[in-house]
Amino acid sequence: MRDGQWRDLYDLSEAERRLLMRTDWGFVHQNPADGLRMSVSAGANVGERLMAVGGRHYGQIRATATDWLGRVEISADRIDDQPRSFSGGMRQRLQIARNLVTGPRLVFMDEPTGGLDVSVQARLLDLLRGLVGELGLSAIVVTHDLAVARLLSHRMVVMKDGRVIESGLTDRVLDDPREPYTQLLVSSILQV
Amino acid sequence: MSAAPSYNFAYLDEQTKRMIRRAILKAIAIPGYQVPFASREMPMPYGWGTGGVQVTAAIIGANDVLKVIDQGADDTTNAVSIRAFFAKVARVQTTTHTHAASIIQTRHRIPEKPLHAGQVLVYQVPIPEPLRFLEPRETETRKMHALEEYGLMHVKLYEDIARHGHIATTFAYPVKIEGRYVMDPSPTPKFDNPKMHMSPALQLFGAGREMRIYALPPFTEVVSLDFEDHPFEIQHFDQPCALCAATGVYLDEVILDDQGGHMFVCSDTDNCEERRAQGHRGALAGHRLEAGR
Repeated sequence: MRDGQWRDLYDLSEAERRLLMRTDWGFVHQNPADGLRMSVSAGANVGERLMAVGGRHYGQIRATATDWLGRVEISADRIDDQPRSFSGGMRQRLQIARNLVTGPRLVFMDEPTGGLDVSVQARLLDLLRGLVGELGLSAIVVTHDLAVARLLSHRMVVMKDGRVIESGLTDRVLDDPREPYTQLLVSSILQV
Repeated sequence: MSAAPSYNFAYLDEQTKRMIRRAILKAIAIPGYQVPFASREMPMPYGWGTGGVQVTAAIIGANDVLKVIDQGADDTTNAVSIRAFFAKVARVQTTTHTHAASIIQTRHRIPEKPLHAGQVLVYQVPIPEPLRFLEPRETETRKMHALEEYGLMHVKLYEDIARHGHIATTFAYPVKIEGRYVMDPSPTPKFDNPKMHMSPALQLFGAGREMRIYALPPFTEVVSLDFEDHPFEIQHFDQPCALCAATGVYLDEVILDDQGGHMFVCSDTDNCEERRAQGHRGALAGHRLEAGR
């Protein structure tokens, strides 16, 4: 927890878990529409977590939101537009800004690049890598795109039927897969 | 021969009234908390005050004096018919005078005249959940109330400022009760919010369709939500009432013709009539014709 104490997650009350969800944790949905409030402006989307932890100064909330939109490469004049009018890549970047604004330490990303075209994917991955390095946060990325996994991650676990079947450093798992399923995965990548 | 059948006192059967009273007691015990209750079909459509009528029916006694207002007025359809309803089914006295009433059922206004201890103000509430427009799931909003997660309420106010430059919510302005529950004051203009704060009268809120009752016991702290750099403000009018010249009261705009002519008059008709009886005259009040001319 932020007060420096170690706590067992399974012993936390629901209130404490939900507090974690909006402070130290982030959750980036595969479909940005699930992770954003589509009917309120981009600025309010970014500011929501700030207000949820007690931010009550409009000017400061807006300044922080503007700063974060800049960091995820959304121009500041879109701050009052609704995410409905954003493209898929912009929505995904907005969702990332919304999650990172309270300085979380652990972010869970569920196929953050799913459904985006390749050029947008590349920029998003680049951005993610930059933010992760800059903020020193940990990210758990769920993906079936092994190229994304190799680019982003340091460690990798392979799951099948809800169980971890193999884990290790990313390069080791991808270059020397031991389980049959992992071998199948790795060998199924199309070589162009 | 027995007497002609008549309604049970105040229309509802005794068991129903007991059920509603239990909900009211719980609501008073937890100010601002929405208590579910088994709302009954009433002889009027939803949206016409079925919640308020049930609350009034549960608390009214033979000695009560009832006043009903609709947007501040005593003489509009809703107010007249509810008053007639209780005059018939409970045979109580009715009045239009704020100070003479022991129960005031209201739709979307609080009388201008300060209420005194012993009076009960019953609100008709269409949508009791202040978070509803941002969070459609009832399971989720209940959890948010339980865990005191009210950041979302400020998201709405933020949106207002981002779009309009100021907090543009002018009615149903969210309030926080005793530092705990966020509550919808029913669609009263925000002009009336300060009147709820530390009111000596008991305030009860009934939502018939949504089946919720909530309450403010006398002398409850009611704080309107705002931002530090955009504080809560009530509406201000730059002219007095055109009939009674009152200032510092809530005014309705009345269109006079199709040339853009309009006048502002008190929304609280009882207050306006009383002031005129005392001799206050507004710009458009009209003057008694001189005899012989």
